[in-house]
Order: sequence, then C-alpha cells, then structure tokens
Amino acid sequence: MNDLATYAFTSIGLFFFVAGSVGFLRFPDVFSRLHALTKADNLGLGFIALGIAFQAESWRLVALLFLIWGLMLLAAGTMSQLIARDALRERDGR
Amino acid sequence: MTLVLDLTLCALILAVALATVLGGGVFRAIVFFIVYGLLLSVAWVRLDAVDVALAEAAIGAGLTGVLFLSAFGKLSRIGAEAEPPAAGIRALLPAALACAGLTGALAWAWFALPVPERPAPDLATALPRAGIENPVTAVLLNFRAWDTLLESIVLLAALIGVWMLARDEDWHDRFGLPQHVRPGGVMANFGRLLPPVGVLVGVYLVYVGADRPGGAFQGGTVLAAVGLVAALAGLLRPPRVTQIVWRMGLVAGPLVFLIAGIVGAILGAGFLTLPEPIAGSAIFVIEIALVASIAVTLAFLVIGPPEQGHRE
Repeated sequence: MNDLATYAFTSIGLFFFVAGSVGFLRFPDVFSRLHALTKADNLGLGFIALGIAFQAESWRLVALLFLIWGLMLLAAGTMSQLIARDALRERDGR
Repeated sequence: MTLVLDLTLCALILAVALATVLGGGVFRAIVFFIVYGLLLSVAWVRLDAVDVALAEAAIGAGLTGVLFLSAFGKLSRIGAEAEPPAAGIRALLPAALACAGLTGALAWAWFALPVPERPAPDLATALPRAGIENPVTAVLLNFRAWDTLLESIVLLAALIGVWMLARDEDWHDRFGLPQHVRPGGVMANFGRLLPPVGVLVGVYLVYVGADRPGGAFQGGTVLAAVGLVAALAGLLRPPRVTQIVWRMGLVAGPLVFLIAGIVGAILGAGFLTLPEPIAGSAIFVIEIALVASIAVTLAFLVIGPPEQGHRE
C-alpha cells in the first residue's frame, strides 16, 4: 500500500518536473521560464517529498522532508522574484 | 536498479565536468561547476561518505560557487569580463594530457591498493580512546589533528591574501560593497526568514558531528552562509578590519587548537596528541572555536576586502 502511494506520488512529481523542464526550454522569455521552473518544479518536489514520506520510518523524517520542501519553496520564490526584477530592469533599460 | 542510478550519476558528473572546462563562457562554467559539486555530493552519499557529501555540498558547491559568482560580478563591474579567445585544440592538448595522466594514475592507485577492511582494524582499536564517537571527527580532530590545524591556518592565510587586495584608503571601511535592498521587499524578508532555520541547522550540524555525520567545517559553512544572507539582505552591516572582536573570532580556532596541542605536549602525550582523559572535552572546546573561526573566515572571504562606498 505504502509502495503504491510512493510510486503514484513520485510519478506525479516527475510529471511536474518534466513539464517544468519542457516549459523552461520552450517558453519565450525570462518571466514565463521562471514561472515554469518555480511553479511546476516545486510542485513536483512536493509530490516527490510526499511520495518518499510514505517510505519514512518515523514522523521525524516526514517532518524533515517537508521542512526541506518548505525551504526550497522559500528559496525558489525569493530567487525567482530577484531574477525577474533584474530582468525587468534590464528590459526597461534602467 | 541502483546500478542504473550509479551509472547515470557517473555519466552526469563526467558530462557536467566536461561542460565546465570546455568553454562556453565564464558564467556558464561557474553554473556548471556548482551543478558538478552538487552531483559529486550525491555521489559521496552513494558511497556512504555522508561527512564528505555534506562538506562538498556546503563548501565545494555552495561557498566556492558563491565566491566564483562574486568574483565574476566584480569582473563585470570593472569591465574586465571579456571572454578570453577560444583556445585551439593545440593549446588545450597539454592540459587534457595532464588531466588524463592524473586520472590514469588515480585509477591505477585505486586498483593497485588493497581493499581496506571496514572498519579499519587500527581505527577500531583506537576509537574508544579518541574521546568521540564519530570516527570521521575522531580522525579530523584527534588522530590527524595536524591536517585540520593546518587547514584552519590555510583558510586564514587565504583571507589575508584577499585583504591584501584592499586599497590603503579603503582599509578602514566596512567589508565589501554596500547592499541596496528595498525595505520590506522580497530579499529583506528572505533575510529575516532564513537565518533562524539556518542557525538551527548550522548548530545542529556541529553538535551532531560528535557521533554522526556533521562537524565544524559543515556547520561553520552553514553559519557563514546565514551571515551572508543577512548581510545581502541589508540586515547586518559588514564589520571593519579594525574591529578586534572579529579578529579574535578569526584566530580563535587555530589558537585554541595550538594551545590544546601544546597542552598535550606538556602532559607528556606529545604535540597535538590529546591525552585520553581530556580528549573528549578538548575536542569539544576545539570544535566550538573552530566553528567560530571557520564561519567568520568563510563569510569574510565571500564578502571580500574593504571597498569604497561604505563611507558614512
């Protein structure tokens, strides 16, 4: 049962990673590429963390997995904002 | 299944290493170098060397990557970021041959050396006398204390080298360039949110190093990164060279280490040999001092020498 949940959730996570990577390669400008990377990949990471959580031996590990996911969300969100601001400045020629 | 994973990992490491050295611009090389470090740390985890993996991720990929990025930023600020002309195959050949030779020698050594017993019998008999559970920390801070002492001094020497690049008239200024951050913006909030978690992780890595993977170098790097994030977010103003407290922080590690070594000699165990009764507490004190020095030194290395623009 747990294995089944792991397979299911990590597959969903991988799907989002693939979608994010395709978007990163195919989208036309910085802003939409950032959108693909930060949104799809972090959702994918969340699903993978959820999938692995079913294999965890203790609740402590589950908490650590989601702490890592939270930190990734925080870092990715901040970095995408900073990169987008820089790109905006460059586009407007300031 | 794990074989497929390992082979993929090896192929990725080789591909990323090639992408790093085979041109395509300085910035691209830096990005590939960081990815290379992260892949390498995954490889260390696969080899069950979690201590090395932590050090590689924190220092090899993270901190060295940031150092390269800030050097690249500095180059573009002074207008010296022009790419060197693409080297022809003739120019690359000696380097490629030297690298191939080194790789070949390492591979030969790997196959020529006997497979070590695990745990090594010498280490297993000596470990109960080390005063600490984690064999890696025992080797670093007790059995091979010389290496670690010299490493901490090398770090300090590197920082002094960086400081030598400062101009005389900037010497009394704060380190690095002033940071421009929008008050209440994304970066300012990030700088408030991350440090509490980062300090916790850094201190935990040092603490857990006594009996599990972790230790002064890994924890110190995380703490340095926390300080850097706070400085980049404009929440911490970088100190000045002249502030005595920070200088003491820089030398605390090597100094305490040396004193412990001399105490060992006085007690008759020999220089840098920790006598068994005090080994545990000595390692604890050395580790605390080392963490402080490593964190401060690494953070100052990344911020760079005092520069113009901090005049108030």
